[in-house]
Amino acid sequence: MADSKFDTPQLREYPIIPKLKKGVMSHSKPFIAKEPHQEPLGFPGELVDDWENVAIKKMADLQGKYRSLQVYLDSCVKCGACTDKCHYYVGTTDPKNMPVARQDLYRKVYRRYFTFAGKYFPKLVGATDLTKEVLDDWYSYFHQCSQCRRCSVYCPYGIDTAEISMAAREVMDTIGVGQKYCNEIISKVHKIGNNLGLPGPALEDTLEGLEEDVEDETGVAVKYPLDVKGAEVLLVTPSADFFAEPHVDGLIGYGKVFHEAGISWTVSSHASEAANFGMFIGSYDNMRKLAVRIREAALELGVKRIVFGECGHAWRVAYSFLNTLAGPWDFLDPKYPVPQHICEVTYNLIQENKLRFDKSLNDDMVLTYHDSCNVARASRMGDSAGGQFLIPREIIKATCNNFYDMSSDTIKEGTFCCGGGGGLLTDDLMELRVKGALPRMEALRRVVEEKGVTHMAAICAICKSQFSKVFPYYDFTMDQIVSVHQLVSNAIILTGQNDENDEENHPQEDIDEAA
Amino acid sequence: MLSFSIAALFYIAFFILAYGLVVKILQYKNTPAPLKIPTMPAPTTQAGVVFRMSKEVVFFESLFKSSKITWLFGWLFHFGLFLDMLRHLRYFIDPVWFWVVIIQPFGKYGSILMLVGLAGLLARRIVVDRVRYISAPSDHLILVLLLCITTTGMAMSFYLGADVISVKSFFVGLLTFNIQNIPADLVLISHLVMVAFLMIIFPYSKLLHAPGLFFSPSRNQVDNAREKRHLAKWAQELEKTN
Repeated sequence: MADSKFDTPQLREYPIIPKLKKGVMSHSKPFIAKEPHQEPLGFPGELVDDWENVAIKKMADLQGKYRSLQVYLDSCVKCGACTDKCHYYVGTTDPKNMPVARQDLYRKVYRRYFTFAGKYFPKLVGATDLTKEVLDDWYSYFHQCSQCRRCSVYCPYGIDTAEISMAAREVMDTIGVGQKYCNEIISKVHKIGNNLGLPGPALEDTLEGLEEDVEDETGVAVKYPLDVKGAEVLLVTPSADFFAEPHVDGLIGYGKVFHEAGISWTVSSHASEAANFGMFIGSYDNMRKLAVRIREAALELGVKRIVFGECGHAWRVAYSFLNTLAGPWDFLDPKYPVPQHICEVTYNLIQENKLRFDKSLNDDMVLTYHDSCNVARASRMGDSAGGQFLIPREIIKATCNNFYDMSSDTIKEGTFCCGGGGGLLTDDLMELRVKGALPRMEALRRVVEEKGVTHMAAICAICKSQFSKVFPYYDFTMDQIVSVHQLVSNAIILTGQNDENDEENHPQEDIDEAA
Repeated sequence: MLSFSIAALFYIAFFILAYGLVVKILQYKNTPAPLKIPTMPAPTTQAGVVFRMSKEVVFFESLFKSSKITWLFGWLFHFGLFLDMLRHLRYFIDPVWFWVVIIQPFGKYGSILMLVGLAGLLARRIVVDRVRYISAPSDHLILVLLLCITTTGMAMSFYLGADVISVKSFFVGLLTFNIQNIPADLVLISHLVMVAFLMIIFPYSKLLHAPGLFFSPSRNQVDNAREKRHLAKWAQELEKTN
């Protein structure tokens, strides 16, 4: 709870697997959604009568729709390989935050109602009825999973707790026990088009303000267009990019890249949100409705390409699901993948020598890079497996002189979630967010001490917001988290900008020397 | 009477195992996977998926990444079990294939691997607080069952011996519905009864991890979501409504 007192975990010099402490996070529960947040999504406003039966029916429905759920419920052998892999377990030591134990909250009900052993020998196989206590546990602990998929990397069968969490949240929504944060946001997107409920005129104001700022600073009239028909690129970016720090510095960077490459682009007021919270609550239907807005905007504006801004779970839905949810994209330019990540766009332009940078402009920082969980383990960038690790790092190296990775078990496919993903980035879960950030904070502390790292770059709106909020708990400052395209924005040399009047504009020119 | 009972038990056990597995495998096969959810980085071709899956099946690659101790015991047990199952083929085929003859001694060593693996897994389940927390009685009992099967088998191979000629004629007879005498040997009979019991619980327990792995979308999907549209039937229905 936002007002409850809790201790920030101590950073440990040698992270060892903590001993479990039962029930220490059972009090953690996000605010429950009220009727106005439930109804627009098609869910009942309060706990329905006969909720046990409705829930069991929904479980059966989901098992028939998702092979992942059915296979994962059957296949776990309780080997324990995942038990120390979840950042929420490491940070809280509550055993129900071990991935297998979290899954078992669901699995034990599945066993009771759907398996021979659970029906006739419940004690033997750990099966239980769906009681109010079990439901309370579900609400608490399925909102202590950020759906980051780290457990699925280490499971010998690839069991992904995210799939179970999504199913559990959908079952709870169906009986009227929704989470306020997610469902309120989804209803805003259905109505207005973005998570923050920013209407078109507000977006226009913000974007005009950015144009003025950039022109004041550089002397170049970089455009930040809204609803421009016939633009080549539709940019879909998390709405936090329009106002939050350091997100907005990233958005400034995207605009400079498009400007310098001569690519016309636009934001849409109809689809002004990249993040798709429909995934967090496991609702295919809601996820699809949100995704279809992007299709409608692309058709309406007549664009040729779709590019996504820096956002982790958004990129998962975009990369892995958008074609399924809102495709086919046969009306777009077939030369480009649909959708593209802004990092892919920038990286390709760097490869083609179409962008020039003065790396020294980032010399006040020593960087490290936080792989966002859903970019790392649920999506890809570029043409080959692992491009999602390479491309952002190459962009950082092209724009900064000082870059060091954190220790290898905390990056790339083994990266730790920031602690705020999967629909948990809400103040009513602050204790969970602070504790869940522990493994990342420890890894960061080590590169700060050993390599003199001053800033951590990320490509996810949730990571950026989460770290700005959580850093102070661990004696970092909130401005130590930066956007990758903020680094691009700092270092890029725009053709005709103020301080290069006497330079010629040859893109191939190596200006590192001059710096 | 004993021979008849054991024969009936094995027919029933085999039927339950086969029927249960077919039902489960069909269920997995017929349940759609509506979204692309391979754990990334994932192969971008079907051949790559076969390679990834082979590494999981043969070497337990993901488990190796997560816990070396669990991997060691788990892999020893499964590899030993594999050798031992090949060794047991000689009780079902006549004449015995050449390569089954060759591997007979390795099958014996396989039982040692099984014993070490199972003992390690059971110890871990009891000693490590996290694994103890997640264990139900059935998790312990399956290990105990496997240990008993292994030790009775080892007792016969290494010390007591068994009338393998009769055992073979019994099982070859089973295959042709021609019931032969089984030796009234307590160790042998308990070994066989426990194996039959394992066959019976297989499709109704966590032993389903064996077929499950092959159907795990996070491991068996190709990373090609942008190139190829992936659409489940029930999801296609949604497109008709709006």
